[in-house]
Amino acid sequence: MSHHLPEISDEPVIAEVIAHTNFLVSTGATGTRFLKEIRDNKKIMGLKCPGCSKVHVPPRLHCPTCFVKMTEWVELSGKGSLTSYTVVRYQEPYMPKEPPYAYGVIQMDGADTGLAHFLGEVDLDKIKIGMRLEPVFKEEREGSILDIDYFKPSS
Amino acid sequence: MAGRVGIVAVAQTKFEERKDALHSAELMYDVTRDVLGQTGLEFKEDRTGIDCTTVAYFDLFGGPAGSHMHLGYIVGAYEREDERVTSDGALAVYYAAMQILSGHCDVVLLLSHNKESQCQKNQIEWVGMDPVYQRRVGIDFVSAAALQAMRYTTKYGITPEQCAKVVVKSRKNAGNNPNAMCCDSLTVDDVLRSAMLCDPIRIQEAKPVPVDGACALILACEEKAKKITDKPVWITGLGTCYDHHELGWRELADCGALATAAQRAYKMAGIKEPLKEFDLAEVSEQYSYQELLWSEGLGFCGKGEGGKLIDSGKTQMGGELPINPSGGILSGLPVCVAGMQRVVECVLQLRGEAGARQVPGAKKAVAQGVDGPAGQLQCVITLEN
Ligand SMILES: [Zn+2]
Repeated sequence: MSHHLPEISDEPVIAEVIAHTNFLVSTGATGTRFLKEIRDNKKIMGLKCPGCSKVHVPPRLHCPTCFVKMTEWVELSGKGSLTSYTVVRYQEPYMPKEPPYAYGVIQMDGADTGLAHFLGEVDLDKIKIGMRLEPVFKEEREGSILDIDYFKPSS
Repeated sequence: MAGRVGIVAVAQTKFEERKDALHSAELMYDVTRDVLGQTGLEFKEDRTGIDCTTVAYFDLFGGPAGSHMHLGYIVGAYEREDERVTSDGALAVYYAAMQILSGHCDVVLLLSHNKESQCQKNQIEWVGMDPVYQRRVGIDFVSAAALQAMRYTTKYGITPEQCAKVVVKSRKNAGNNPNAMCCDSLTVDDVLRSAMLCDPIRIQEAKPVPVDGACALILACEEKAKKITDKPVWITGLGTCYDHHELGWRELADCGALATAAQRAYKMAGIKEPLKEFDLAEVSEQYSYQELLWSEGLGFCGKGEGGKLIDSGKTQMGGELPINPSGGILSGLPVCVAGMQRVVECVLQLRGEAGARQVPGAKKAVAQGVDGPAGQLQCVITLEN
């Protein structure tokens, strides 16, 4: 290329740029119902699609496959099976826990979709796809998905 | 297609860990001047030059600036038409092809740039997760990929050795590519001895971070492409598809979105047997398992057969369908630039200008770009000389 810029012989000057901002995100009518049931009653609720009959957790306003509104709430026991997992071994400032810790995708009994959440009270080397799990709720709950502390092995 | 869209020029920087001495604008100016020089085109208002510039960039990588808002003047957008695609660069190729097929433009300059060294890649990608559920628990694109890798390798019995072979192949191929960042003679044992990053993904199985660099292309309508160059490369098929964002909603072991995007592109291009018909593929593997899984989605083998495919040797240089002769993303490419650079590499191959990494006599190639967690958004582009 004949258009290269002049060589820089000195140390380049680097500008430090800080971009920090907070967001307040509405969880919507569906999210509000789901999160309040967890906060107030320690209940995990799903929404059943009138088109394909799939039960969605976490629930959404409409089924993405059928594109119809879901209105039938279904109460789940919270127990379920592990469909995938990972152990996080690197650290980032936004992580709510100190690594190493585990995430799992939990498909609850009676639901057709999985919820990605923490795994706890488990030996990180003994996690297996298919293992049975149940939720552990926090004592102090604020109306967030973190009101579920983690999922632990169950019989 | 109504008329064909041709690629008439390509350029790329060397990809490096840090380009501290260069402002992003300087990075972009170099590749822009390069493609203008190859074609003799300039920015014009009267349909005799570049009609529009389209740039792929993620806002957050450069600060919230409307996707390089402060850099438009560098790409000829000063007092002119300028489009932005805030996604992987392959999507910008798709977009520019549509600009031409619609008749709105005849000639489009395409660019993508990123300096990962200037930002926190994982943190920015984490902001891409849904804010109410997945982001709250801290899932980012690395842990999302790991959840997919665990599901995929467990469901189909893909071995750690088969995944490690992808890294070994990429790094070896990168040795033939003067623009690649990492080339070495890493062995399967070296990969499997590297520390675990996020089970089952080891550090050597993840794309190197940071990587800085840029690339550019010029696309033209058939009539003009033939006048601009005697070696146009034609876009023969395009397809995109989004999967659900929620990881738990998807069967992570299968890549349905990629299969759909590929079928759309193949139908347009008349491709029936991709493994036989393509001479090479440039795919977007940010993690080792992805080359195997994407091979399945692209129809190079059946579901769950990605491991067997790499074992067969068909995807190495000299094989039936070399995948990533350039060294791919595992040898070091910035996100966002990656998908567009896949197309640039295919063009060099189809023009017979790929140097030591040339696949002899290459006539048909396929490029794949991805965006979102665990390959949520897929883009497939087929090319022919
Ligand atoms: Zn439905």
